[in-house]
Amino acid sequence: MQTVSRDLLVNKAVSLLGEGKVQTVVGWRKGLFDYDITPATFTAEDDIRKNFEWNDHCGANLSKYLVRLTRKLEGRILVFLKPCDTYSFNQLLTEHRFDRDRVYVVGVQCDGMLDAEGTGLEKCTACKSRKLVVYDELIGEDGDVSDSNRFADVEWLENMTPDERFAFWKDQFSRCIRCNACRDVCPACTCEVCVFNNPKSGIENKAPVSSFEEQNFHIIRAFHVAGRCTDCGECSRVCPQRIPLHLLNRKFIKDINSFYGEYQAGAEQGQRAPLVNYTPDDIEPYEIFNGGEKNV
Amino acid sequence: MYKCNIDSLPKVLDEIRKHYEVFEVGERGAKPVFFPQAEDLMRFKTEGKNIELFDVRAEVQDFVVFGVHACDLRALDVLDNVFLKDPVDTYYQARREHGIIITEACSSPENTCFCTVFGIDPSEPGGDVTIWKDGGSVYWLFNTMKGGDLFMKIESVLEEVSDDIVTDIKSSIRRKLEKLPLAGLSTDDFGAGKTDKFFNDPEWAGLSESCLGCGTCTFVCPTCQCYDIRDFDTGHGVIRYRCWDSCMYSEFTKMSAGQPRLTQLERFRQRFMHKLVYYPDNNDGMFSCVGCGRCLQKCPIQMNIVKVMKRLGGEAK
Amino acid sequence: MQVEGYRPLIVAFCCNWCSYAGADLAGNNRLSYPADVKIIRVPCSCRVNPMFVLRAFQRGADGVILCGCHPGDCHYTSGNFYTRRRMALLFSMLDYLGIERDRTRVEWVSAAEGAKFAATMNDFAQKVAALGENKRLEDLRCKQ
Repeated sequence: MQTVSRDLLVNKAVSLLGEGKVQTVVGWRKGLFDYDITPATFTAEDDIRKNFEWNDHCGANLSKYLVRLTRKLEGRILVFLKPCDTYSFNQLLTEHRFDRDRVYVVGVQCDGMLDAEGTGLEKCTACKSRKLVVYDELIGEDGDVSDSNRFADVEWLENMTPDERFAFWKDQFSRCIRCNACRDVCPACTCEVCVFNNPKSGIENKAPVSSFEEQNFHIIRAFHVAGRCTDCGECSRVCPQRIPLHLLNRKFIKDINSFYGEYQAGAEQGQRAPLVNYTPDDIEPYEIFNGGEKNV
Repeated sequence: MYKCNIDSLPKVLDEIRKHYEVFEVGERGAKPVFFPQAEDLMRFKTEGKNIELFDVRAEVQDFVVFGVHACDLRALDVLDNVFLKDPVDTYYQARREHGIIITEACSSPENTCFCTVFGIDPSEPGGDVTIWKDGGSVYWLFNTMKGGDLFMKIESVLEEVSDDIVTDIKSSIRRKLEKLPLAGLSTDDFGAGKTDKFFNDPEWAGLSESCLGCGTCTFVCPTCQCYDIRDFDTGHGVIRYRCWDSCMYSEFTKMSAGQPRLTQLERFRQRFMHKLVYYPDNNDGMFSCVGCGRCLQKCPIQMNIVKVMKRLGGEAK
Repeated sequence: MQVEGYRPLIVAFCCNWCSYAGADLAGNNRLSYPADVKIIRVPCSCRVNPMFVLRAFQRGADGVILCGCHPGDCHYTSGNFYTRRRMALLFSMLDYLGIERDRTRVEWVSAAEGAKFAATMNDFAQKVAALGENKRLEDLRCKQ
């Protein structure tokens, strides 16, 4: 159950719309069942009162829609963001994907979201933060960065032998159907034309034809968002084949933290991402293995 | 009608495996068995001015597909209308001819199921062989010649029972189906000849507004049949293969002039119009949705054909 | 699992300003290194997209090595600093996916270090040869 009630959000949306402070509301629309909630825009009061939803199944991160909506729509847009969504929002602002002025952010404290079967989403059971890092207005109480155990599974994998790790990932990747849902939902993936859709990239492909292509897609995708991924967990949430994609992103986050110092993408606006940054005495690639022994 | 113990089902399957390769279908259904996601069509090799062509098809042996639900069997009829009409797709045809389909009556339909809306009866799914399960037994009915061939091979592990033994199971399934939340959905508004009615419906904008443009719905759908043919350069030759494609993708049917459907609204509309209007137009009114409910479960933003039908059908917003 | 008569295929990305010149110097000084090493000249080690590394493996490489100017000596001031971060993360990820860590390496070789270039290649080729054929990041279609 969410502490923050639906009524608070509905009333806020209706009043801001009524005052003319915003022209469009981005939120979640009721579905056929409790759990099938669709991200949606609202412009009319009765539509909001009737169809706006806020319950335990509002897992969808709305921040990426702003890239599209700020270009398409006139006026100011009200968006409801949960704590983890605010990190994505900040990261998008850092990358100049839309104007801050065009958006009115209402931060909503969240108590964890569920999937259709009623189990907690992975991103929520390993919740990294209940802090709302950006908002114009707040509903509920602001929280703190959680002391989450989110790297436990990464460590579990790291402690395996390479053969076991290879077998693990082969099994996971072999299920991939290349629907691209992980990419399309990812708030860090906002390229106009993705490299996987670009016929000139040489890796454009619509199917995981060989085991190499399965690996290639997921390595490149994780690498493209390395240092920019806020760990919002949307990729794992939407994967129809239930591949634990967050384990790839978290590996990069964990490595970045240990190699280059603690870094949380989206924690602040305007941060310089670790992969477009350096220091003269960074760790050498050989130092990450073999206990730092030099090769030659 | 024959029966075996539910505990001895693995043994019966092992018996079948002695004679056939067996595909036990899981949540992805039977489509990938007959129409795989990627498939090599041919191979080229060039040496000097000569191009050599290789047929990469291996001869297909008889195989068994086990556990197909009624909706997925109807989905194969939908695919047949596409692939087996002139010009016949011989790759698909070979697998259809050699596949022996064992269907399973749905004793526990899910809340997202709405196959009855399309006139499908999951209590009597058909196919070459049908099985019904109850608490302790599995009942086997062999419907076709192909099913009969299979029967000869596993006769020794089954015992004969009377046909009416499954009557109760069937009626219990039908009772469950009537109570499903989506059982009352109507297809009356849709079908052949409705293009003009729905094509410019203002509802499409709202329905498609948050579509991500991923291919999940099309790849989990048992009736989506679009594919792309591509060449892979191996460095010393070319492999021509086909793979599933999705009308949701920005590069779907891309030509020199670009994609014919430029916005996600158009792509979204295409998919649902195809299921509900265009396919019926070309196939005597047959819908190319079978109500399996996969898109209801898998869509990242929870938009699906039921919501489309309800909204276009005039249900209040 | 070394096969009789097996020679590894190694792709070496060398930056134009230091390492490629280092390879030249190794040649001029008649220092031998295995002919299994195929050099690809790049303007800067920073030009090497992680995709290049994966593509090399796809097309049959058994090992991939990047050579660039020593940190601080980059012809473009900072290119190799970025390479260093990128490759550290990429190699760590490949290891995480269970791909043998000795198949990849970054080495800084200046234009004056012909001897180091030869020694590096000898050592790397030996380690890759010990691992045998690349099976974990291969594309079978390219081997038909």
